[in-house]
Amino acid sequence: MEGIFKINGKEIKVSFKSDAVLLSLLRENGCTEVKEGCREGECGSCVVLLDGRLVNSCQVFAASAAGKEITTVRGIGNIHSPHPIQSAFADSGAVQCGFCTPGMVLAAYCLLKKNPDPREDEIIEAIDGNLCRCTGYVKIIEAVKIAAKRMRENG
Amino acid sequence: MKEKVDRSINRIDAPEKTGGYAEYIADMKFEGMLYAKTLRSEKPRAVIKSIDIPLLPEGCYVVDKNDIPGKNRVKMLLDDQPFFAEDIVNYIGEPILLVVGPDREQVAQVLSNIRVLYEEMEPVFTIVDAVKCDKASIYGEDNCFSGYEIIRGDPDRAFREAAEAIEGEYRTGLQEHIYLEPQGVIGVYENERVTVYGSMQCPYYIKTALVQGFGWDEERIRVVQTTTGGAFGGKEEYTSIIAGHAAFAAVKTGRPVRLIFDRAEDIICTTKRHPSIIKIKTALDKNRKITAMEVEITLDGGAYAGLSPVVLQRAMFAATGVYNIPNIKVKGRVFATNNVPSGAMRGFGGPQAFFAIEMHMQSLAESISRDPLDFKMENMLSKGDLTVTGGVLRYEVKLPQMIDLVEKMSGYRRKYEAFINDRGEVPKGIGLSIFYHGCAFTGSGEKEKIRARVKLKKRKDGKVLILVASVEMGQGSSTTLRKIVARAMDLPVEDVIYENPDTDIVPDSGPTVASRTVMIVGFLLKKAAERLKAGGEKAADFKVTEACEGPAELEVTEEYEEPGYIKWGHEKFEGDAYPTYSWGVNVVEVEVDPVTFVIKVNGIWGVYDIGTIIDERIIRGQMEGGIAQGLGYAAFEVMNTDCGNILQPSLADYIIPNSKEFPEMEIRLIDNPYEYGPFGAKGAGELPFIGAAPALASAVQNALKVPIKRLPVTPEYLLKVAEGEK
Ligand code: FES
Ligand code: FES
Repeated sequence: MEGIFKINGKEIKVSFKSDAVLLSLLRENGCTEVKEGCREGECGSCVVLLDGRLVNSCQVFAASAAGKEITTVRGIGNIHSPHPIQSAFADSGAVQCGFCTPGMVLAAYCLLKKNPDPREDEIIEAIDGNLCRCTGYVKIIEAVKIAAKRMRENG
Repeated sequence: MKEKVDRSINRIDAPEKTGGYAEYIADMKFEGMLYAKTLRSEKPRAVIKSIDIPLLPEGCYVVDKNDIPGKNRVKMLLDDQPFFAEDIVNYIGEPILLVVGPDREQVAQVLSNIRVLYEEMEPVFTIVDAVKCDKASIYGEDNCFSGYEIIRGDPDRAFREAAEAIEGEYRTGLQEHIYLEPQGVIGVYENERVTVYGSMQCPYYIKTALVQGFGWDEERIRVVQTTTGGAFGGKEEYTSIIAGHAAFAAVKTGRPVRLIFDRAEDIICTTKRHPSIIKIKTALDKNRKITAMEVEITLDGGAYAGLSPVVLQRAMFAATGVYNIPNIKVKGRVFATNNVPSGAMRGFGGPQAFFAIEMHMQSLAESISRDPLDFKMENMLSKGDLTVTGGVLRYEVKLPQMIDLVEKMSGYRRKYEAFINDRGEVPKGIGLSIFYHGCAFTGSGEKEKIRARVKLKKRKDGKVLILVASVEMGQGSSTTLRKIVARAMDLPVEDVIYENPDTDIVPDSGPTVASRTVMIVGFLLKKAAERLKAGGEKAADFKVTEACEGPAELEVTEEYEEPGYIKWGHEKFEGDAYPTYSWGVNVVEVEVDPVTFVIKVNGIWGVYDIGTIIDERIIRGQMEGGIAQGLGYAAFEVMNTDCGNILQPSLADYIIPNSKEFPEMEIRLIDNPYEYGPFGAKGAGELPFIGAAPALASAVQNALKVPIKRLPVTPEYLLKVAEGEK
């Protein structure tokens, strides 16, 4: 099959097998920031935003994502001008091995879009589909709080 | 400008990791790269009668034992494990051969058409059966990989003269690391040299394993670590096997070969934490003072020895916990079974031993109507006392202050009393564990096995390069080691460079294990930095990467020297098993659902003595992450096998903690500088894991008023215990 994919605002034309999942398509086309931790829909390291909704890209057929807006962690900021969530993760020690981080950052991004001033239990709920084996989640939750505060203060 | 050394700085790797630019092994591509998949044994124990391989499609290869030019044994302690099975398989998942080809689906297709004809042998699945040894032995004559005994004082006499003896038996299960990034390597063959890139903890273990597997000069082997997505011991010895596979395949095909596991494969065939059975017997005199302890530790090593002998030693050296016992007998054995090999995992035998001793002390105190904490504190080690192996504790043991502090933070004593008398609808409990971790390699390992070397180079532009084999795997060493050097040389951290280790460039500073990176490697770096600051030697021109290319001005090499006070007799396990110890006290509060027996954790408090803190935020991250892993191990990380088959081969079945499981943790760090650690730092990474399980289990014991003797403390187990009590 062939399709046009809008990834982080750029359109690319890609041919793919009808049963390919979005995760594979993205990784094969350079989006290696989308991580594969399980391929079973259990770890959240492969999440992307699909038309603004957080999805496990290993559980979505590539075909169904054609034409939709796909956002990965590279789409919300970069090393030189990181998104406030990315800076907050760095500032609060929420990153260890980093394998869960792209997914965590996107889960936080999705939450803060809808809810700029989340309670702690709402943060915990928002990232409960993203596994992290390194941090015990404490600093990740802290990072989301800090990001929310900074984003509110800076509009 | 001199900063306080413990001031937290942002991790150097954070921007690339939060941005999605860090390159892990699965993100790397090489021109002409082939994909490999492993054909694995489906039988727990069998003779391979024949392997029927259909005609291979163009460009596809099979790589097996015949493609190993050197010795088909993975270099380890006993060298018993083959890279590829020869004529016998000993566990489900044992590698037999690789299929390699340009298309992943085609490789999988070819693999599924290979038929292996097995002649099954009678397998052994439990420690008890391995000890009995009434079937053909798997290893040696009696299935025993290693057995040791430690005797201090006159335990037999103490037991003969005892007023009473109290016994308990404790069992723990398998645990899987679940580093988020599965195992993976890429082998490349170029100009008569083989290079392995991959996610790993120990570049030089792999190099040594490849030298033996190829039978080549070491100049022809190169190992390069790539950004590593967690390891926890799982990428310590195991990775040598797959590094071999990818390297043999690269040489055979002449193309780069990528071997990366999916999650199920990773769970099924990689090493696990050793299951254990630990029996403890304590002798009391008529005043109910402890006069002796006898501990018998038995571990399930799985099909091959791997690091089992040393895991066993570490468990034995923790057998009597933080207690000062005058007469000691510790017997330890690790047995072969037809289960997946057990191996290194955070704590390395310590968690099993500390679970047993802490539960034993609590039950013992309760059985003689003493308050457990009072009883523990009366028997606690302090400076000048002897360890299990008769080493003198030379440095201050700050446990009393630490217990005081955790008591203030958690209200442990008041709650313990309240909960023990509480007969409310929902049982509540609080538990406290006291523990240590011996820092660095066991026994004379640092001096005799490792002999770490580190190097620093100073370039003309003033930047200093750290050259060590110690890896960044999430624990923060790339930042911590830079801070140590920067501080020692009065440089800004930005002027100190650390790259992922490449064995062509870095000296062998030893494996990234045993909580040794900061204390041992960091201390050598500090010494090197001081010498470099004072002058150093002229260095040859060299090249590291684009970013840090340039002529070197000065260089300094530093080699491990054992502190003079360490005395160790390996034959009898006598003396200082470790250079020093890190200490911890952990309190956990729980409630237990009266119907489902599901445990809910309501509070977590920890106080740790890891010497001086080099970076507080990194250390807190280590403590929090270690506690979460330890509590998962304690409460719900169940891994069962049925006839050698792992019954939880996915993240849907094997549950690790998510964000909802545990409440916030309150952590305090006590300063207690160690003279042979950089700025006083000791080991940190493994310590927090060790205390979590016994703290949770004692809390459950406090809540349900029944002795807890198993890990994990599952609802099924609690139901059985509760019913047994009725
Ligand atoms: S890789 Fe998609 S959820 Fe784990
Ligand atoms: S930082 Fe390693 S899994 Fe989250």
